[in-house]
Amino acid sequence: MATHDLDAFSEAREGLVLRVRRVWGSQRTQRRVRITLSTLVIVIGALLMLTPFAWLVSTSLKPEGDVFLVPIQWIPREVRWSNYFEALTFVPYGQYFLNSVKVTGLAVLGTVLSASLVAFAFARLRGPGKNLLFIILLSTLMLPGEVTLVPIYLLFRNLGWLDTYLPLIIPSWFGGSAFYIFLLRQFFLTLPTELDDAAKIDGASLLHIYARIVMPLSKPALATVAIFSFFTHWNSFLLPLIYLNTSEKYTVPVGLRLYLSTLSNSHWNYLMAATLVAILPPLVLFFISQRFFIEGAVLSGVKG
Amino acid sequence: MSATSITSTRDRPRRRSKLLIREYIAFYLFASPWIIGRLVCTIGPMLSSLYLSFTDYAVITSPSWVGLDNYIHMFTDDPLVWQALRVTALYSLGAVPLTLLLSFLVALLMQQQIFGVRVFRTIYYLPSVISGVPVALLWMWMLNPEFGLMNNFLRLFGIEGPKWLFSTTWVIPSFVLMNLWGVGVPMVTFLAGLKAIPRHLYEAAEIDGGGLWAQFRHVTLPMMSPIILFNVIWGIIDSFQTFTPAFLMTNGGPANASLFYGLYLYNNAFKWFKMGYASALAWLMFLIILLLTGLVFRSSLRWVYYEGGLQR
Repeated sequence: MATHDLDAFSEAREGLVLRVRRVWGSQRTQRRVRITLSTLVIVIGALLMLTPFAWLVSTSLKPEGDVFLVPIQWIPREVRWSNYFEALTFVPYGQYFLNSVKVTGLAVLGTVLSASLVAFAFARLRGPGKNLLFIILLSTLMLPGEVTLVPIYLLFRNLGWLDTYLPLIIPSWFGGSAFYIFLLRQFFLTLPTELDDAAKIDGASLLHIYARIVMPLSKPALATVAIFSFFTHWNSFLLPLIYLNTSEKYTVPVGLRLYLSTLSNSHWNYLMAATLVAILPPLVLFFISQRFFIEGAVLSGVKG
Repeated sequence: MSATSITSTRDRPRRRSKLLIREYIAFYLFASPWIIGRLVCTIGPMLSSLYLSFTDYAVITSPSWVGLDNYIHMFTDDPLVWQALRVTALYSLGAVPLTLLLSFLVALLMQQQIFGVRVFRTIYYLPSVISGVPVALLWMWMLNPEFGLMNNFLRLFGIEGPKWLFSTTWVIPSFVLMNLWGVGVPMVTFLAGLKAIPRHLYEAAEIDGGGLWAQFRHVTLPMMSPIILFNVIWGIIDSFQTFTPAFLMTNGGPANASLFYGLYLYNNAFKWFKMGYASALAWLMFLIILLLTGLVFRSSLRWVYYEGGLQR
């Protein structure tokens, strides 16, 4: 009797185990299929994202006539490195490059310094009207720059700043974009305040706390802001377009536009070579700082 | 000094308030770059732009008051304003939802445990670091009707591609397509949002017998709705700011079919030096963006879920 019961029991158990295993197994296969399909789609998408880059490189190395060959020759019959030399000497490209480096460097420096000071105030200090100011800060995030484009242009014109780099640099020394202040504030809030308090008891000034405690601890966030603003200023086109008149003062994007208008639409190999050189600095910076940068983008992205 | 212990109780509030006032001053000192910057570069310019919008101002002469003339002209006498609004609206109707859908989809797929996610994340983000002139030049060449990559690719399937930037019908889709290349930015925000969804919500849904779709519909979507909202608003503002590609690739053509609002504003201000009229255009743009953002926010009360029940 007892054995019979036991048999029935173990049979039932075996059935259960089998069923569980089948369901589990099928779920696992389901999962596997899902992941495989996802990977496939992602890979195809990634190839599509990369194709324009490949096309850029391929075109930039072709001899003049081969650009117009149909069907496309991805690997140039004759790799012409000299395209780069010709493209870069055709207009004073080196000069544009230096100008861009100068403007971008000074603007980034200003952004990091001023945005971190302001963010320190918002994260660590009390002040009357602070909440209101913070709301204003967030709403300027949504304010399109075009709205103030004309009056700011007129202002800088009255200051005699036309055809100088000042309009491209100075605004960055006053906090830059609200976005950077916001990002740094969020980061500063995560730092423990015990260190501040200890420093305060030791009689350290706030500036000391900012410079010696908060800033060194915030290197990743500061670097993120620096990288973001590097991309913005390096790629900036509208502002240098309206402020710079003398062609020797052009930055890379405005120089590239000059290129387009002088070469017209036929010398695509040179145009693409010049384009590739223009995107090299942001690309290199992106690869160096890639992981960190995307984490930063992630950090700032959650503000929604 | 021996008296301190006796007076300290009376002194304390005063000392604290003194310290507090010093902190207040410090707050304003630290925030001063931003406060000055906003006064000089935002509030001042907005006011002067409002004033200029009621004037006729060609830069060489001083502005002359014309009352509402600019606004009246804008609404009754300038078909190009409507064209610019139409172009911008058409573009954002295509670009905003498509970019949103695609970036969300890619983020969802990447959320599956795919091998080498980091590499793919980098690849998808790559085009976003090179916005502006280089992208415009590259896409002009990509979309070249005879020799461009796009039509060469279509020819493989026996399709004769459209003239893209040279066609009044296809010029806006061209810009939408180009915009999709920058899908990495919203994708990253979605990835961050997906990562932040607590596992237990999915487990709860699973225990309740919810399949994948139910989990997506009742967990993922509500949890992601604030980020969707953010990206919708950002997309609309971005559409109004589209300038560089339109300026370089088509200069508004053919037949004004890509006359983006930002480009029309630029033309008025810096090509024809109608600073007064351009200011009026800027204010119209500002009000439209404000209105649209307001509407999106309003509607968001219905479809955005805030975890803390923080519905405002």
